[in-house]
Amino acid sequence: MAAETGSRPRVGLFVTCLVDLIRPKIGFASVKLLEDAGCDVEVPSQTCCGQPAFNSGDRRTTRAIAEKVIKTFEAYDYVVAPSGSCAGMIKLHYPELFAGEPEWLRRVDALCARTHELVSFLVDVMKVERVDLLYDGTVTYHDACSGLRELGIKAQPRKLLNSIAGLHIAEMKDADVCCGFGGTFCVKYPEVSNAIVEKKAQNIAATGALTLLAGDLGCLMNMAGKLQRLGKPVVARHVAELLAGMTNEPAIGEKPKVNGQ
Amino acid sequence: MSVPITSPQFKGNAKAALKDVQLQRALGKVESGFIGKRAQVAARLPEFEQLRDLARDIKDHTLAHLDLYLEAYEARVKESGGHVHWAATAEDARKIILDICKRLEAKTVTKGKSMIAEEIGLNAHLSEAGIVPIETDLGEYIIQLRDEAPSHIIAPAIHLNKEQIEADFRRVHTDLPPERNLDEPASLMAEARAVLREKFLAADVGITGANFLIAETGTSVIVTNEGNGDLTQTLPKAHVVLASIEKVVPTLEDVSTILRVLARSATGQEISVYTTFSTGPRRADDPDGPGEYHVVLLDNGRSSMLSGQFREMLRCIRCGACMNHCPVYGAVGGHAYGWVYPGPMGAVLTPSLIGVDKAGHLPNASTFCGRCEEVCPVRIPLPKLMRHWREREFERHLSPATVRTGLGFWAFFARRPRLYRWATQRAMRFLALFGGNRGRMHWLPFAGGWTRHRDFPIPERETFQVQWAKRKKAEAKAVAEADANARRAAEAAAKDKAEAAQ
Repeated sequence: MAAETGSRPRVGLFVTCLVDLIRPKIGFASVKLLEDAGCDVEVPSQTCCGQPAFNSGDRRTTRAIAEKVIKTFEAYDYVVAPSGSCAGMIKLHYPELFAGEPEWLRRVDALCARTHELVSFLVDVMKVERVDLLYDGTVTYHDACSGLRELGIKAQPRKLLNSIAGLHIAEMKDADVCCGFGGTFCVKYPEVSNAIVEKKAQNIAATGALTLLAGDLGCLMNMAGKLQRLGKPVVARHVAELLAGMTNEPAIGEKPKVNGQ
Repeated sequence: MSVPITSPQFKGNAKAALKDVQLQRALGKVESGFIGKRAQVAARLPEFEQLRDLARDIKDHTLAHLDLYLEAYEARVKESGGHVHWAATAEDARKIILDICKRLEAKTVTKGKSMIAEEIGLNAHLSEAGIVPIETDLGEYIIQLRDEAPSHIIAPAIHLNKEQIEADFRRVHTDLPPERNLDEPASLMAEARAVLREKFLAADVGITGANFLIAETGTSVIVTNEGNGDLTQTLPKAHVVLASIEKVVPTLEDVSTILRVLARSATGQEISVYTTFSTGPRRADDPDGPGEYHVVLLDNGRSSMLSGQFREMLRCIRCGACMNHCPVYGAVGGHAYGWVYPGPMGAVLTPSLIGVDKAGHLPNASTFCGRCEEVCPVRIPLPKLMRHWREREFERHLSPATVRTGLGFWAFFARRPRLYRWATQRAMRFLALFGGNRGRMHWLPFAGGWTRHRDFPIPERETFQVQWAKRKKAEAKAVAEADANARRAAEAAAKDKAEAAQ
């Protein structure tokens, strides 16, 4: 066994609660990309990174969830999440939950150092240079806030997308500006959130691209839902779906295809 | 009189702002006027990021020794012939300033732009005492004509369009010919200049804020673009500097460092048009200057921020970059925040000054996109500080019951992976059946906030974890079958071999 898999890192997939519940195909796309990059992927039993509690000011609950995540995932060589927001939560915010507890901090720090967002993990850690795929079409890419500003993810997805034969990226105006999702923000302040996502949807539609990509399902659901409500012809997918060649599957909020079509 | 607070009505304020066509048109200026310019000017300065670190360090150092630097500053002001007044509260500051004005028998007072004057409600207080305060910053002058509060800390009238300002000028400047042309912004500016010139000459007292107070020299510094501050503080009998205690910095050198990030972050200028240093009253051989020089140092809750979680907020140099880059501010403007300080800096500072019970919406009305922190010249971790306010709210049971109940319900499952998997699988299957084959829903019970404005995707029938478990089980079964087949084949081969050997 060891001879066969000795150099294959063991990755614990932190699938994220939204992908788990709403769009499992992003999870399978992630598994495919990780396996293609030479990783052995495992999915331990899991729930959530704790962000809803953390951003609502409930540190006790967040801490309880964080302990579970640490215990579940610390055995892996890497923890990878198809979300900048959840990876950022673990990597940047878990340490402050355990401030002043050296034993826990040691474990947290060790986990943080091995926790990555999916696409940046593929490019920066696994040194994936290109994706052998044909895709005839124009896409536009939204830089989700946590990935962009907490983890510095901007070049990595574009690098892999640009390696796909036939694919063209039409950059939108203000690709780095928030889509207005903000987790619980979008239901606490729906009108403000709507005003922000409306602007975003107009910027997306103005590119003429028919596919919107991003690395976070929360933002994607927000933007896709708005584009659909406005009747724009743009479909939305997680970037991992396209990179894994899964664009035959229905896009977010699209009807499942009838057999044979 | 204190400043009216509508922060508890943030939601209503925001809804009204989103429907206000004039406001929405005006808010476009925030983007065109500030964001691109800041990015360009920052990119042109290779050491900009290091300067931000230095500015942060200077402010941190000062805050760590604030008592020392304030006392040194006071001593230098006195040496230069000025007076320092310590004001623990807004009320104290109002009284000190009114007493100075009364002693000098002031009838009119000119004012340079000062957010601290807004914070203590100075204009209303002076007016009640029969003293006429006149704002001399163009934006402040305009909103004073309209009896409004500033909607931005450096561009107080940014919520207005040119046509509205023209209408205000025609309404108030009734001694000017009604047929005059005010089509161009330049003509509005010229009219305000002409009107204000008389006021500058007539004023008895000039009140300014301060961007910095220099402990080394006892100097106050204002950073402006219109020159109104200089006329305000030079011409009258007395110059009153109204500043909060965290404005002090140790040295002139420190000021020049922070100035390099201030205008760049604020307006995208390399340096503002005027940077004016004032030290004491007019000396015998000075060609001009005020006869008296007073500094009113306001605490108003800041010293209690020094020892707590919100100390970093005291680094703020009031550039406005956080609000310029905030998607929420960009959507609703400054007045929606309901008190003096809007945007991300207001979302942190306002609860400190008026209480989180009143200002609780402000730190909640953020997507935590982090763009404010990304541009803050003194690197204040604004989202983190907003989160600290949410923690205070949660601890004090101030957050809404629906939020607490929902969170508690979710947390119960989130801590129990097996139960969570079981429950979410059933919930998603139900949602998928409820939603049918349409791909998305236009309406979803208990999620009106979402579906009022956007569609919601119908989940797959099985959660990822359930699908994954099935896949692993199938794979294991396939492996076991393959193993069994291989074993049977090997046994058969061995048997054949044995038979052949016989």
